[in-house]
Amino acid sequence: MSEQWLIKGASITGGEAADIHINDGIIAAVGPGLTAVGATVLDAGGLVALPGLVDLHTHLREPGREDAETVETGTRAAALGGYTAVHAMANTEPVADTAGVVEQVWRLGQQAGYVDVRPVGAVTVGLAGKQLAELGAMADSAARVRVFSDDGFCVADPLLMRRALEYVKAFDGVIAQHAQEPRLTEGAQLNEGEVASRLGLAGWPAAAEEAIIARDCLLAAHVDAALHVCHVSTAGSVEIIRWAKSKGWRVTAEVTPHHLLLTDDLAADYDTVFKVNPPLRTQADVDALRAALADGTIDCVATDHAPHPVEAKEAEWAAAANGMTGLETALRVVQLAMVEGGLLDWAGVADRMSVRPAAIGRVPGHGQPIAPGAPANLTLYDAAAPAAAVDPRTHASKSRNNPFAGRALPGAVAAVFLRGTATVLDGKVTR
Amino acid sequence: MNKHLISAGDLSREDAVLILDTAAELASVAGRPIKKLPTLRGRTVVNLFYEDSTRTRASFEAAAKRLSADVINFSAKGSSVAKGESLKDTALTLEAMGSDAIVVRHPASGAPRRLADWTSGRVINAGDGTHEHPTQALLDAFTIRQRLVGPDQRGKGLDGVRVTIVGDILHSRVARSNVLLLDTLGAEVTVVAPPTLMPWAIETWPCKASYDFDAELRKTDVAMMLRVQQERMSAAFFPTVREYRRRYGLDTGRMALLPEHAIVMHPGPMNRGVEIAAEVADSPRSTIVAQVANGVTVRMAVLYLMLGGAAEGAA
Repeated sequence: MSEQWLIKGASITGGEAADIHINDGIIAAVGPGLTAVGATVLDAGGLVALPGLVDLHTHLREPGREDAETVETGTRAAALGGYTAVHAMANTEPVADTAGVVEQVWRLGQQAGYVDVRPVGAVTVGLAGKQLAELGAMADSAARVRVFSDDGFCVADPLLMRRALEYVKAFDGVIAQHAQEPRLTEGAQLNEGEVASRLGLAGWPAAAEEAIIARDCLLAAHVDAALHVCHVSTAGSVEIIRWAKSKGWRVTAEVTPHHLLLTDDLAADYDTVFKVNPPLRTQADVDALRAALADGTIDCVATDHAPHPVEAKEAEWAAAANGMTGLETALRVVQLAMVEGGLLDWAGVADRMSVRPAAIGRVPGHGQPIAPGAPANLTLYDAAAPAAAVDPRTHASKSRNNPFAGRALPGAVAAVFLRGTATVLDGKVTR
Repeated sequence: MNKHLISAGDLSREDAVLILDTAAELASVAGRPIKKLPTLRGRTVVNLFYEDSTRTRASFEAAAKRLSADVINFSAKGSSVAKGESLKDTALTLEAMGSDAIVVRHPASGAPRRLADWTSGRVINAGDGTHEHPTQALLDAFTIRQRLVGPDQRGKGLDGVRVTIVGDILHSRVARSNVLLLDTLGAEVTVVAPPTLMPWAIETWPCKASYDFDAELRKTDVAMMLRVQQERMSAAFFPTVREYRRRYGLDTGRMALLPEHAIVMHPGPMNRGVEIAAEVADSPRSTIVAQVANGVTVRMAVLYLMLGGAAEGAA
């Protein structure tokens, strides 16, 4: 059952306004003054049309932690955030280290129907870092896994990381590393810096992230494999990635919305909504990350949406869980941190939040130019919507641990189309 | 004064001097046959101790009882906390039972700050993780003032007094509170530790930092020694206890290099023979026993000022 849409007057990735005709799940035509008999008309005057956003890093928590989020609630949140595809990380219970679990997650995504769910396969069995998981079986499964990550944990054993990088070349896979040297971060709570020192919280040194990234870039170069670096958080990491790319090595990287805006001094009252791994860092790091996203050293924004139930966060800092939700606020944060600062235009946003993540994740049908023939995965965004305070109680996510609560963010997602079917209209889900 | 006492940084110079002056007046209570003042009669003070601590808890208990408050001791072991009750639920339980002040010691930095979100009573931090221990700093300041500031101490701070704090500064809540409070009171503070036990960004703290104990001890009025935990060795903070003692221990040889009038302090409990030699701990320079006694009077002053105030019946 396909819908037919005529979207009128949208600014195509921030450029000229044009009409978009969607039929049979694909973009049939793009241009001024289009007509289409039988199509539902959507007045998109003043809205920016972006290719549907693709998130390379989300935690949907199902199976096992349905108290925090389910595939249904998480993908609903994703759609409301402008996403048409999300990569679901493997640290579920049971871990997504077999074809069985990844296929289950994939099917749950299909059933929910809000976005295309691309399960990420674990690199090692049980995320224990000891033995490779059956990466081939996951690649061949119905879920067609291409991104593998032990996220939550670092693949710290250098030999195992080398083998993993090499092994997935057979099926055009990519290893996405959570860069955190475990021995340097035992018991770490907050960025190792002035704030942590004053608060008496064990420090998480930047070098613990940078050392792993440097090592992995060298390994990827040595075996000519693709490496993706998750949630880059330090200025030093940016320099290393820039250096690796200058050598032509196949390294890609992502940054979270919160690392583009927030700093460690927000933890001064021990408010655990700001507890995250990797931790919030300094303004110098934020500035370097923004510049890197602007110049493409960092390829994309990935939310690392990490929902947690209230009791996991409502505790003393050391006992609180790491993580922040982010699907529903990501695009607005990027508008504030990057577009309004003049660092990125809307074409750049389309590239960093759709085109490149789709390429890195090898996601067919997403991240394509808004042009005839492309699958109709589309986001209509009202960049001119007045800044409004974020209220997590209104979010579709089951969890409320959003660090932008109470903060005014600009913009609003107006409509989202997944292969021509509207998942969001007027800023609300259609089902 | 602030509603809560969570960090020594919460105290202005006026607040701190007032506490010291009040403690000096209350000190006479300990010498009386009837060691009681009625000031906090009918008030409830809860000691919420998540860590083993006989001395600090006993000190707060004595302080509260001498002011005639009712004291409830809530220790983590053998209570619902041991069964996994959250900090929040414990706070709500105490709130429901009606506590005017909660004195809390907890292994996690920041726990008192969170507790303050869930209780209407006043929160007094008796030591949270590696963050702060403000009443320890107050009793240390009181002791220094008693021994080193001339007669007629009332209204005076510690201006110009040179204090050297030696030990595991990185993990020390006593050091953090002392650096803040001593600076507020006008003292000149130097922290001494091996580089591995020096806090990150120490250059932003209101004190000087040195790796060289021998250089500093010749020009200090106070040598405040901190306990070094043996467990730090397995995390490679220093190679052996022996090496630590050789380089940073206050033995009799080093004590002889201290200025004539200088005093030796230690918050306790001591590792005799590690950071401090037995003879030094027992020498006339040592204020260690006085610190314990002063702990009770200083805590009486804190409770008096936070709970008693002018509104309640005066002594």
